[in-house]
Formats: sequence, C-alpha cells, structure tokens
Amino acid sequence: MTDLYDAIQEIASQYPVRRSAVMPALRLAQDRYGWLPPVAFREVAEALDLTPAYCKGVASFYDMFHLAPIGKHLVEVCTNVSCALVGAQQTLEMFEQELGIRAGETTPNGEVTLGVLECAGGCGWGPVVSVDHRYHEPVKPEDVPEIVEGLRAG
Amino acid sequence: MPVRPLLLEHADESDLTKLAEYERFGGYAQLRRALGAEPEKIKEEVLASGIRGRGGAAFPMGRKMQFVPTPDKTKKPIYFVVNADESEPGTFKDREIMLRVPHLLIEGILISSYAIGARLAFIYIRGEYIDAYETLRAALDEAESRGLVGANVLGSGWSCSIVLHRGAGAYICGEETALLDSLEGKRGKPRTKPPFPAIEGLYAAPTEVNNVETVASVPKILAMGGDNYAAVGVENSTGTRLCCLSGNVVRPGNYELELGKSTIRQLIYDPDLGGGIPEGRALKAVIPGGSSTPILSASEIEATLDYDAIAKAGSQFGAAGFIVIDERCCMVQLGLRFAQFYQQESCGKCTPCREGVRWQVDILRRIEDGRASQGELDLLLDVCDRILGQCLCPLGDSSAMIVASYVAKFREEYQRHLDDEACPFGGESSLSGVVAPVDLHNAHVRAELEVPVG
Repeated sequence: MTDLYDAIQEIASQYPVRRSAVMPALRLAQDRYGWLPPVAFREVAEALDLTPAYCKGVASFYDMFHLAPIGKHLVEVCTNVSCALVGAQQTLEMFEQELGIRAGETTPNGEVTLGVLECAGGCGWGPVVSVDHRYHEPVKPEDVPEIVEGLRAG
Repeated sequence: MPVRPLLLEHADESDLTKLAEYERFGGYAQLRRALGAEPEKIKEEVLASGIRGRGGAAFPMGRKMQFVPTPDKTKKPIYFVVNADESEPGTFKDREIMLRVPHLLIEGILISSYAIGARLAFIYIRGEYIDAYETLRAALDEAESRGLVGANVLGSGWSCSIVLHRGAGAYICGEETALLDSLEGKRGKPRTKPPFPAIEGLYAAPTEVNNVETVASVPKILAMGGDNYAAVGVENSTGTRLCCLSGNVVRPGNYELELGKSTIRQLIYDPDLGGGIPEGRALKAVIPGGSSTPILSASEIEATLDYDAIAKAGSQFGAAGFIVIDERCCMVQLGLRFAQFYQQESCGKCTPCREGVRWQVDILRRIEDGRASQGELDLLLDVCDRILGQCLCPLGDSSAMIVASYVAKFREEYQRHLDDEACPFGGESSLSGVVAPVDLHNAHVRAELEVPVG
C-alpha cells in the first residue's frame, strides 16, 4: 500500500461510482512524477480496479495530462483570439527569445517547457500566461524578462 | 446607467468569499426559506422568473427542472451538476463569479438540489481554473463546517453533499453530455440525445445540469420573487447577465447588465463600459456570444443585449462573450485561428466535425498564404455545409457556422486573398503569425513521421 493508493481511495469514496475518481487520481500521480510514466497508469489502475490501458486512454484525451516528460516549469501563453488581438504572439516571441527555445520546446537543461494554450478564460485581462498553472494577467512583452528571471531563480 | 449589479451586488465593497460577510448581506437566508417550503414552490418561482440558461443554449431553467422526475417517480438517485467548465473563447464570467461570490453559487446549488430532490451535487470546474477552484474549495469547506453543506443541512433533516470535480483541459467537456461522461471517468465525448440528462444523465440517473451563472441567480430569484425577477430586463430575456468584453477595447472586463436595456454599441463605446476602441481605431466587427456565434459587422451593433435582438441581427447571445475586433484584423486569419481552435478541441467522435474542421483549417491556410484557387473558396463553404447538422454536438456546427459568417460578411476580403495571391494585410494584421496549439501538434507529428535517410 502506498500513499498514492490511499489518497486515491479517499477521493474515490466521494463518488457513487469509483471510476469517476480516475481524473483526480491521474492528477495526483502526475503531481508525484511530473508526468504520467507507465508506472503511474499501473498504480492508478490498481487503486481503481481499472486497466492501465484504460487510464492511459482517459489521460490522452485531456491536454493537462502529460504523456511525456516536460520541463520542471511549464509556461503556456494563450494565443486564442482575444489574447492574440492584444499581442499574445509578441508575448510568446519574447518568451522564445528570453528562453532561447521555440514554442513546443524545453530548455536544454530541462528547466522550462514553453507552450501555447487555447482560451484560458482570462480574455478581458489578456494576454494570459499560465506559469506552472498559475495565471499571470496581462503579460506584455516587457513583463516577460522578470517572469523568466523568477523561473531561473526558483 | 445600464450596469445593474445583482449577482455581484456588494462584491465591490465587501469580501464575499468570506462566509460571515456573505451572511451579513443576507447570504444563505434564501436557503433557510427554501428548506421550509415545498420543492414544487421553488421550481414555480424559478419558472416564473423566466431565467434562461447562461451557458449558451438559453434553455429556461425552470422548464429543465420540471423535466427531472420527482423523487417519487424514480427509483434512481437524482443528481445536480454545475457546469463550471467555462472554456468558450471570449468568455470569462463564471470564473469571476466563482472568485468573487462563491457562496452565492453554493447557495444556488443547495436550493436547486433541494427543489429537484438531489442529495448529491457536483461542480465540474475546468482544470485550468486553479484560482477559482481554490476559492470555491475554501468556501465549501467553510460552508461544510457551519452545517450548510453535508448531512442534515441546517438541521432540516435534508442532506446534500457537494463534490468539486476538476476537469483536465478539454473544451468539449463544456457540452453537458460530454461533461457527464468525463465526470463518470471517461474520455469526454458527447452522447446521443435523447435521452436527455434530465431523464438519463450522470450514471444513467436523472440529472439537472446548469451553468454557474444560472445557478448563482437562483438565490436572487428567490429573494426577489420570480415575478419581480421577470420584471428585470425585457420579454424573453429576463434578469441580468455578466457580459464579457474582450479584444480591441479600452476597458475590457465583465459588466453585469440588465438585459435588453443597452445596445452592443453602448457596451463597446460607453465611457463607463468598454470606453471605445484604443487609439481611436475603427471598429471592424464584433462577435457577441463567444467564438461559436456568427460575427456582426460594425453596422450591426445597434442590437440590444437580449436573446431576441441579437438573434434578429443574425447571431446569438450565446455565453455573452463579446470579442471586439478593430480594423487591423484580417478576417481570413480570424477564421483560421478559430477553426484551429475547433480542430484542436474536436473530440473526434463524429466524422463531419473531425475531418471537416481539419479541411477548414487546411483551406483557410491556403487562402491566407495566397495559394488557393477560386474553387477552394467554394469548397470551404461546401465543407461548412457538410458539417452543419451532421454531428452529435454543436462543436463542428460552430466552426462551420462562424467561418461561413466571416465569408458572408467579408467576402471581398476573402476574394482579395485569391485575386492578389497574398494576404492584403501583408503581415500587418493584428493576428499575423499567431501560433496555435494545433501548429505545435502538427509539427510534432511531422517530426515523428520523418524517416531518417541512409
């Protein structure tokens, strides 16, 4: 029995059908490993009486589950229309310049992954940038160096 | 002044995320009243209010409640589900409600659950909304500790638990049957309807699904009385709505407005609302209900903010996400960027959507790059036609309908791309070069498919 197994049982007890806990369980596993390696699917499957393939099938549907390793930090720029109209692409390009990588890549030291996001739900405060899942709103190109500095420090 | 804080009443002068503050302004008084009333009476008040769903489909909440069988008519449990998966581009109102008046939502859930006979309610909140999740979690914990949520609510003998369930990044889960599949621990794909969720919803049991803003309105409806609530706004559009204003506008944000009392023009230009377009630029178009609603040109903004007037103007009020677009925007790029969004978010279940939206993206890309022939513009509209009405949910329809509306309203601009064999904006459009998630995905797939030589 592991901590993860027990934590999943506790979550599952909230639902009339235990399978409903698969997404929160995958999230817990991802928090532990940083992404979802094969062992994570085995552990979630065992805790919920599912198969690893089923759990991977669910995870692969949702953008917030990572089926491959990502950087220690995740920076995502919303480039949907409301943010793009107020300069999201310029913000993204500043991140590319400051980090020395293109969108979709991870810095060679494995520290930061840079991505783009569909509408984050902060359209009135755009461009929205999600840094390790915390929204920064708005982020203009001139705000980028400070954010990158903060990531390098921590 | 058209601003009328009802849901956000007192939220400016007080921290209503705290239970004590919420109660100081009459919070949970309507729950206490409701628990002493017959459930049928509450449903009647909601029906009398005329409130229509605020998530986009605009179905009257009172009628939806009546479709759910009463507990004596079903052997199954009844569930209440709040759709907090707000993901419609241009919409950010539910997040503000959850961040600023979480107890209003919780009180609305409790009253609604009591009215339909549910003892278990779920809030399906989109995974990216960590701030709203934490605010709601804290509010729920506080409400539970005070006996407002859980066993024997306020000593009434009625129990109701609320489970806060986080999504994980899938726009489609805002569609109610996809949401229910996701909540059941599956890939979130829309179901065939009927049966409708009111009859066979979560775990195949009767389920009421409502949007955050709709549910948060319930305590206000009870406080005012259904008839008095119906007197706010205009016929067929009662009450207030948080109108989300974004894009090229001086003062973007959410504005809670009485329905039917102001126009789209006022929303954009009134100094107390949008304040106009930055740097005095000209308005080109506005999308009134979120990305899934047809575009209105600058000459169509006299419509009042109500369901009928916006429908008459040729669009939909939808989720009240107003995206303001100034003269610098290329309409082919606009179509391309939104089609890319729908391609990214299509669940893949229905072929016309899965394949058709990808075709839209490919053709729009060719038009934008000046590589398309005249026939391809016709093909684009043909593809739109072949998606419309052929799928289980409105995702593909939305992409088809909006792209067709851009071509219809800005045909000359599309034609110029063909004639000039280039974008007339020459890289100077406000959407030039925008990288979308599908671009990265496609690049990744291409890289994997590359076969090393030698």
